[in-house]
Amino acid sequence: MKNFGYTIQNDRQIDYDKNDTKLYDFVAESEKSIRTCIFCGTCSATCTASKFTDLSLRRIILYLKRGLNESLKKEIESCMLCGKCNLACPRGVNTRNVILNIKRGIEHYEL
Amino acid sequence: MAKKNVIVIGGGIAGMESASYLSAMGFNVTLLEKSNELGGHLLNWERLFPTMRYGKQVIDFLAKGIDFEQINKVLNVEIKSIEKKNTQFCVELSNGKTFFGDSILITTGYDLFDAHRKEEYGYGIYNNVITSADLEKIFMSGNPITTTDGKTPKRIGIVHCVGSRDEKVGHVYCSKVCCVTGVKQAIEIKEKMPETEVFNFYMDMRMYGMHFEALYKKAQEKYGIQFIRGRLSEAAENIDGTIVLKVEDTLAGRPLKMNVDILVLLVGFVPSKGSKEVGKLMGLNIGINGFYKTKDQHTLTNVSNIDGVFFAGSCTGPKTITNTITDARAAASSVASYLLGFDLHKRDIENHEEFWLYDSK
Ligand code: SF4
Ligand code: SF4
Ligand code: SF4
Repeated sequence: MKNFGYTIQNDRQIDYDKNDTKLYDFVAESEKSIRTCIFCGTCSATCTASKFTDLSLRRIILYLKRGLNESLKKEIESCMLCGKCNLACPRGVNTRNVILNIKRGIEHYEL
Repeated sequence: MAKKNVIVIGGGIAGMESASYLSAMGFNVTLLEKSNELGGHLLNWERLFPTMRYGKQVIDFLAKGIDFEQINKVLNVEIKSIEKKNTQFCVELSNGKTFFGDSILITTGYDLFDAHRKEEYGYGIYNNVITSADLEKIFMSGNPITTTDGKTPKRIGIVHCVGSRDEKVGHVYCSKVCCVTGVKQAIEIKEKMPETEVFNFYMDMRMYGMHFEALYKKAQEKYGIQFIRGRLSEAAENIDGTIVLKVEDTLAGRPLKMNVDILVLLVGFVPSKGSKEVGKLMGLNIGINGFYKTKDQHTLTNVSNIDGVFFAGSCTGPKTITNTITDARAAASSVASYLLGFDLHKRDIENHEEFWLYDSK
């Protein structure tokens, strides 16, 4: 077949009808404070690991909420559980426990 | 019938305007103020958003009401005690005098958040970290804006929500006026120093008032002020006295580092010391956020838990000048209706407790 240079692009939309928020629901169940995140980025700004790796707790929480779980697993490995972000969050999100529960959830669902 | 007496506690915007209206409506008004001048915080603010009008013009306007209506102004006094006997209030002052009132209107306003409490931003530790109130002082003085070693700043950062929307300092509420103040001050900096770069760091731009959005747009369009969505985690001082900011540029999704010559902290409203003292003396209900609790959130916003005692202005929560003036007139009419024997302020409404809002269950 003649190649006209067309390719099929992957759909980049966040599909709210199909996205899988079970990991978020799992975390929110045991650490309710995650619900109150306003994505201000103070946690990521204060995070030493964020400076050198792809880790951004703000983005992790956002992706979790959107059901975009693929990238989380690797990203969260950079976290040292130092708890600095816990001290900074203006919404009182228990960030350290959020992270622990994400790890638990990943194991639980064998993601 | 003898003229009824109203005692207004606090000579800021709300106190001045309500005193004028009450006296115009035929009441004897005594206006008590702890400092030696009427005008409150407005005395320390050079220009006002969104029009850039001088604050002094508003003070002069308010003062015209006061002079015209012959109000008994009592300056430099604190309140020692307030007693209620039947429907009469007896107010004893620090200068030994005693006043009697048929009604009390409380206009004790707000204090500015003490930025020292946000240690991670370095106020009081690093010389080139100042507050929005300090910046107004510089504007008022007419002096140029310089770093502490006298240089013209090349770059200035402005931090939103300092002491507001922050559980870590115990103030979860939004102070309402600081976003637009930040935009206003950014513009003023640019007008004085067009070469200086200005960056505002925000979580949300709350441009709710009439023309606020236009001011925001003007800041971008005409003045090139830049807005970065991210809340500072900390500021530190470099050896040369400049300030390095740590923040996440949340829209770019990357941590961001920036050096600025001056950092301005937009401090929010906190319940005033005076409100706390008067509240304690009288047994007034205080809401969850520490401001006076009004009898209802929607409908009885000037009414206190004590019959005959009313509120106006930012003693019940953060307000703009415009809102405060409107509120002062509303409070004056509430007091007048009470003194004329009407029970409008006693109308029943099903109680909706603010506790519900703060209960996470
Ligand atoms: S600091 Fe708190 S509110 Fe802000 S992004 Fe992080 S978890 Fe969310
Ligand atoms: S606990 Fe993890 S995410 Fe939070 S500051 Fe420490 S390394 Fe960063
Ligand atoms: S008005 Fe703006 S700066 Fe002030 S507390 Fe609200 S969001 Fe923050």
